Amino acid sequence: MGAKKETLNGIGLSKEDYAGAPSTLCRGCGHNAIVNQMIAACYEENIPPEKVVKFSGIGCSSKAPTYFLSRSFGFNGLHGRMPSLATGALFADTSLIGIGVSGDGDSASIGMGQFKHVMRRNLPLVYIIANNGVYGLTKGQISATAEEGLALKNQSQNMYMPIDIVWEALVGRASFVARGFSGDPKQLKDLFKAALHHRGMAVIDVISPCVTFNNKDDTLHSYAWGKLHEVALHELSFVPAAEIVTVDYEKGQTAKVDLHDGTHIILKKLEHGYEPGDRGAALQLLEEANRKQELVTGLIYIDPDQKTIFDIDYLPPKRLNRVPAEELRPSRESLNKVNALMV
Amino acid sequence: MAEKKSVLEPVVNDFSITVGTVNGSGSQTANLTLMRAFFKMGIPISGKNIFPSNIQGLPTWYTIRVSKDRYLARSETTEIMVAMNPASFANDLDKLVPGGIFLYADHIKEEINRADVVVYPMPVKELVRESGAPRSLRDYVANMVYVGALTHLLGIEVEKLQEALDFHFGGKQKPVELNMKIIKKSIEWAAENFDQASPYRAEQMDGTDGYILATGNTAGALGSIYGGLQFTAWYPITPATGMPEAITKYRPFLQEDPETKKYKFSVVQAEDELAAVGMIIGAGWAGLRTVTATSGPGMSLMSEYVGLAYYAEIPIVIWNVQRMGPSTGLPTRTSQGDINQTYYLGQGDTKHPIFFPGSVTECFEFGWKAMDLAEQLQAPVFVLIDLDMGMNQWMTEPFQYPDTPIKRGKILWEDDLDNLDWEWGRYLDNDGDGIPYRTVPGNEHPKSAYFTRGTGHDEYANYSEDPETWAANLARLNKKFELTRTMVPKPEIHSRDGAEIGVIAFGSTDPAVSEACDYLEADGVAVDYLRLRALPINEDVVDFIRSHKRVYVVEMNRDGQLCQIIALEMLDQATKLISLTYNTGLQLTAAWVQNAILGKEMK
Ligand SMILES: Cc1ncc(C[n+]2csc(CCOP(=O)(O)OP(=O)(O)O)c2C)c(N)n1
Ligand code: SF4
Ligand SMILES: [Mg+2]
Repeated sequence: MGAKKETLNGIGLSKEDYAGAPSTLCRGCGHNAIVNQMIAACYEENIPPEKVVKFSGIGCSSKAPTYFLSRSFGFNGLHGRMPSLATGALFADTSLIGIGVSGDGDSASIGMGQFKHVMRRNLPLVYIIANNGVYGLTKGQISATAEEGLALKNQSQNMYMPIDIVWEALVGRASFVARGFSGDPKQLKDLFKAALHHRGMAVIDVISPCVTFNNKDDTLHSYAWGKLHEVALHELSFVPAAEIVTVDYEKGQTAKVDLHDGTHIILKKLEHGYEPGDRGAALQLLEEANRKQELVTGLIYIDPDQKTIFDIDYLPPKRLNRVPAEELRPSRESLNKVNALMV
Repeated sequence: MAEKKSVLEPVVNDFSITVGTVNGSGSQTANLTLMRAFFKMGIPISGKNIFPSNIQGLPTWYTIRVSKDRYLARSETTEIMVAMNPASFANDLDKLVPGGIFLYADHIKEEINRADVVVYPMPVKELVRESGAPRSLRDYVANMVYVGALTHLLGIEVEKLQEALDFHFGGKQKPVELNMKIIKKSIEWAAENFDQASPYRAEQMDGTDGYILATGNTAGALGSIYGGLQFTAWYPITPATGMPEAITKYRPFLQEDPETKKYKFSVVQAEDELAAVGMIIGAGWAGLRTVTATSGPGMSLMSEYVGLAYYAEIPIVIWNVQRMGPSTGLPTRTSQGDINQTYYLGQGDTKHPIFFPGSVTECFEFGWKAMDLAEQLQAPVFVLIDLDMGMNQWMTEPFQYPDTPIKRGKILWEDDLDNLDWEWGRYLDNDGDGIPYRTVPGNEHPKSAYFTRGTGHDEYANYSEDPETWAANLARLNKKFELTRTMVPKPEIHSRDGAEIGVIAFGSTDPAVSEACDYLEADGVAVDYLRLRALPINEDVVDFIRSHKRVYVVEMNRDGQLCQIIALEMLDQATKLISLTYNTGLQLTAAWVQNAILGKEMK
């Protein structure tokens, strides 16, 4: 048997090096697209798997981290409580890239509190919500992102207004907010790449159909509806630091966003002529899209310079978990002083 | 005017003063100043704040016990009462011992129906006005009038008061002067108007040499910092809040990097206890030394994550500063009611080590020891104190610098993995003690990464629903727990000649139980006292129970939770155990313990 020649990326790794355990999700599940595009994005961006930490809550979506990057540490936490787990863990070594995967039940219902609070702290984390409008893992209950009127098998009809994750992320002051669609893998990969390079909270609401429980052609989280109604905001490309000088982009038709690590996002404007730097405009865009029954996808908001939780002045050394034990304890003299203060 | 009475035998350094005030009226400054002045005179004291769940308006009491014999539990009797609150006036008067002294603010126009006490009205408003205190501050400084009156009455040294005020205001001259002015004026007024000498006297002694005054919350905070704290996340709840607040307060002083001016550890005020514990679990998992503090209701919110941390083997330390009852219960009253909750917190089979500090000094010691144990065991470890120890100032021995280096447990970094002569698996019990080796994120060795989960997993952290694998893993976790019996602090045993019966207690009740043991001996009932310092119990506890005819287990909850836990672990001895529970929200007293045991023994 002749060895198959593998294509290696810039750091000498093959795509295999980014693989995870075989997926146990249903065939055709939107979450599988997330898994595949995350593998491709990390591979193409030359990200060492050892520099990534994965987090998730509970749900089919939250299983996804098992299926990519098995050379990275990962923690499958509690339902709705992934953000707190990631917050604590990322303090341990701020040179790591955090990737969190959650579901609409996980983040928009049980975990809404942690979701909102991690936004305002601007924790550097790629926060993917695989949004299928349904609780997959518990077999098909209506979720908080489901559209009003949605009727699912064996479930009563949804009577309430849906929660829009992108809207919530914007209002929560996340510094990077995007929407993707599992039926548009190319854009998904580009969004992942941009998010991986962003320094701050990068929320990506991915419409990720549940083929088993919520994929009827006329429902909001189905492949068919998405394909028919998707309106991409831009043609998005991602340019590594070294290549920016060689990229030819038309000003006016294109927006360029400079990220903290020297990389750039190039956004070629499409019909909306939209630029993602204004939170108010972003909210307006969502309202309009709602009215017009459009599924707008792409980078909806970005502020590459917003302060992160680590920028706040109490940030300890970069790799706090490597500080030697001897350096962790204040001196004996200092305790004498403390005692002397208490008489 | 009070009826004249003969001067009684002087009682030196052995009495209790209770001050009844309105919550939010600023009496804390006055009370702490008084307490510290006694302390500086060398007289052993304790101070108990009995306060309502309210910011302003409801009655609150502060009791200072002055005890030459160093009996520092709450006393059931009050020899001197200061009544500043019309709402509690009648009751306060009622509580005073015959022959006691009753001071009150003279704007309170209530009936005084006791002839067996000495009564002095104090012209509080007048004295404050005359002192020239600015109108805006008058309410805050009014309490200094009773400080002055007591100073005259008891013979407190004025310089010590001044020192105590200096301490309280961190050397700020203006407030010290203002308060001193009122104190001095009130002393003068008392000298002119008190028509008889008080039998109760405070006299300089050397009973506080080598002691400090501190709260358990501060001690726990410092113990954690000296335990190498790197990350804490918390959510406010009485009576635990003081601990993270103290951590934050001491951070610039103790853990600022001189070069970068950055702090060496991080503090995040979380959105709730679910997030607080999630954050420290993330941090603990990733190799940071972590701690949080909460109380019963917060513990409930943390329970889901604690169950996961137990199973996923993540080191964290949680302080439960217990208060009485549910949310809201009696949030400002003390209790030892969360023992069962804490011991078994989680889902399925969970059991956790618990430290029970019996003094503020021990809060410091167990602060760093709990962090060591958590990392050694790779498990959640709890420290249980209560409102009384957490929030009140206790006279206590100075904090001792840790006598062992920080223990990080079994962590493998890149070089370690390179040099292993066996194949590492995250949950592989290579040493046979039940404790596996762990790696943490940031480790760049290609074999270091693993996936942490609450789902079933094998020794190499692979997903598994295999029945044998699950059972074997839980058996290993129990092996770890059994090992902790030898790792947690041993009990402290105080024996007396000829004692056939024993008493077991823990935590803040230590002063009351020790005092009661002295009284019981005088009553002819010798009792050996075992102060439990941790769960799970170890051989010393077992031997103690085996070697006594009867053993009383004293605790501040309704159901005798500790007694139940011990009984379950020593079923053959269970009939020897007698549960004595005190469950009012107030601190235990020696008199209660003495009567409870006598009541049983005299049957
Ligand atoms: C505290 C708690 N409550 C309930 C559950 C049960 N549960 C597991 S997954 C899930 C819903 C998951 O829905 P979603 O986050 O949308 O993920 P999906 O499966 O749709 O990808 C629920 C309710 C749980 N694991 N924990
Ligand atoms: S049930 Fe739905 S969400 Fe879960 S794996 Fe299947 S398709 Fe995906
Ligand atoms: Mg879902």
